[in-house]
Amino acid sequence: MKAEITGRTIVVGNNIDTDQIYPGRFLALTDPEEIGSHCLCGVDESIAAQFPKGGIVVAGTNFGCGSSREHAPIALIHMGAAAIVADSFARIFFRNAINLGLPLIICRGIREKIKAGWELKIDIEKGTVTVTETGEAYPCEKLGDQAMKILEAGGIKPLMRKSHHFSKIVLAKSDYIC
Amino acid sequence: MHAIEKILAKNSGRTELHAGEIVVAKVDFAEINDLYLQTIYSFYEMGGEKVWDSERAAFVFDHYAPAPDMKSAENHGKMREFAKKNHLRFHFDTNCGVCHQVMPEAGVIYPGMIVVATDSHTTTHGAFGAMGTGCGATDMATILMTGELWFRVPEIIEIRLEGETPKGVYPKDVILHVLGKLKADGAVYKAIDFTGSYVEQLGVSGRMVICNMAVEMGAKTAYMQPNQAVLDYVASRAIRSYEVQQTDPDFVYEEQYVFDVSDLEPQLACPHSVDQVAPLSDVVQEKEVRLDQGYIGSCTGGRVEDLAVAAKILDGKHIPEYTRLIVVPASAEVMQTCMEKGYIQSLMRAGATITTPGCGACLGAHEGILAPGETCITTTNRNFPGRMGAVDAQIYLASPATVAASILNGRITDPRNYLL
Repeated sequence: MKAEITGRTIVVGNNIDTDQIYPGRFLALTDPEEIGSHCLCGVDESIAAQFPKGGIVVAGTNFGCGSSREHAPIALIHMGAAAIVADSFARIFFRNAINLGLPLIICRGIREKIKAGWELKIDIEKGTVTVTETGEAYPCEKLGDQAMKILEAGGIKPLMRKSHHFSKIVLAKSDYIC
Repeated sequence: MHAIEKILAKNSGRTELHAGEIVVAKVDFAEINDLYLQTIYSFYEMGGEKVWDSERAAFVFDHYAPAPDMKSAENHGKMREFAKKNHLRFHFDTNCGVCHQVMPEAGVIYPGMIVVATDSHTTTHGAFGAMGTGCGATDMATILMTGELWFRVPEIIEIRLEGETPKGVYPKDVILHVLGKLKADGAVYKAIDFTGSYVEQLGVSGRMVICNMAVEMGAKTAYMQPNQAVLDYVASRAIRSYEVQQTDPDFVYEEQYVFDVSDLEPQLACPHSVDQVAPLSDVVQEKEVRLDQGYIGSCTGGRVEDLAVAAKILDGKHIPEYTRLIVVPASAEVMQTCMEKGYIQSLMRAGATITTPGCGACLGAHEGILAPGETCITTTNRNFPGRMGAVDAQIYLASPATVAASILNGRITDPRNYLL
């Protein structure tokens, strides 16, 4: 995982559920690129085709609520999203995204402050999101050590490949991820 | 400690644990549904070779039962191959029903266990005093490799439900009312313990409805202390011996909410959010809501009790021309029972379309998809934009009685008028 992520934004609303991120009618698909081409089509069918590669999705509260479908983070990754910045995330989506190495940044109140198309610079270590256009920097919440450990490894798969059990992966205590 | 903490402690070899700690716990049963071919991909990508225990993992083909297109048929084929190769003792193919109904029927759900499934509504199994939680494909693949999953011990909220509901008001109305108050992110990362006199007297089916929708508040899991109805149910079905866990009297909840259900009216979740909840009477007073489709089914609203009340309301009557009622029994067993009792026949005579037990159109997969501009009232659990088909289709969530009375009338209608 890169410690700094810079990208152009799209902005979506509160309670963006996994049906809007990846509608049920596409769930039988298994090719990641094809899955990515339908990303967020429940919000707006044109988003995936126009999404700036390496871009950042900015969302309101409870992003990823609803179904446990892992297609949702797979779609976001293969649409080209480098990170999601939101007021808050739903639980299963949070775990799925971190497991796949997609950085999620919790930055309360961010959605109100960002306009679509602006450039954001995320500094994961410092825990800040800076807007290029305004120069404003916003503090993020710490992700929790467990999530960071998985993210830093690029997801749970490289960790499991190495050890085949949880003993080296799991910390004693953590915030957020559950 | 809370019963949920005791379950996590027992399965992780601990005597004590607290919210915020990370534990690696044994999973007593793991279920993969047919949307999750990715589970097999992730399993092999991580170097998985063999499922850790062939007695404790199963596929349930419910979302695409039977396969609506070539792609899902092909996915089913790959999953069957994996199940065969791993000699899985349990396999629930397209003739069984929704996983959350099928698993308790098969006896793999019992008090004090941990069940993890690739389905967010796994909170349902709190109804049995089990700890059920949903996960994605890759988490599931780690379980299939190791038999374990790591969990953060959740904070626990108590939702106390007191009193008896008036006639015409059902467990679905109760949970919709709670959802309307706590909102869609009211319990994110947390566990919900449903307690109180209403829960203590509630049957298995009603308990499942309430725990099922705990996830609509973001909950990690739900719990209800097993009552006699639950113990009787599992006594004749459970495939293993079990231990019922009890919450210590000095346990302190993170938050507590109390609801008196004795004056509750039928409720509706209005488009396009599960927490957009209002009493039915307020909605119909404001505007007439004309309907294209009624839908009775899913892991929330497709059980014997649900079809029974719909059959009672619709018996000897007929839905209006140019409307349709889709009825999806939650399982083959539910369907058999409803046929024996004559409910299926009554519903068919009233104009209902009966489809294969499974998830059906609840998630917009097949068997009752909505066209643009259509309006549907349903016993399912989600009314997100596009959930059942067209993004602008209007979905109202309600009890089975409300769905039956409403489709009979062609517009949203108070079921109490039909239950005299």
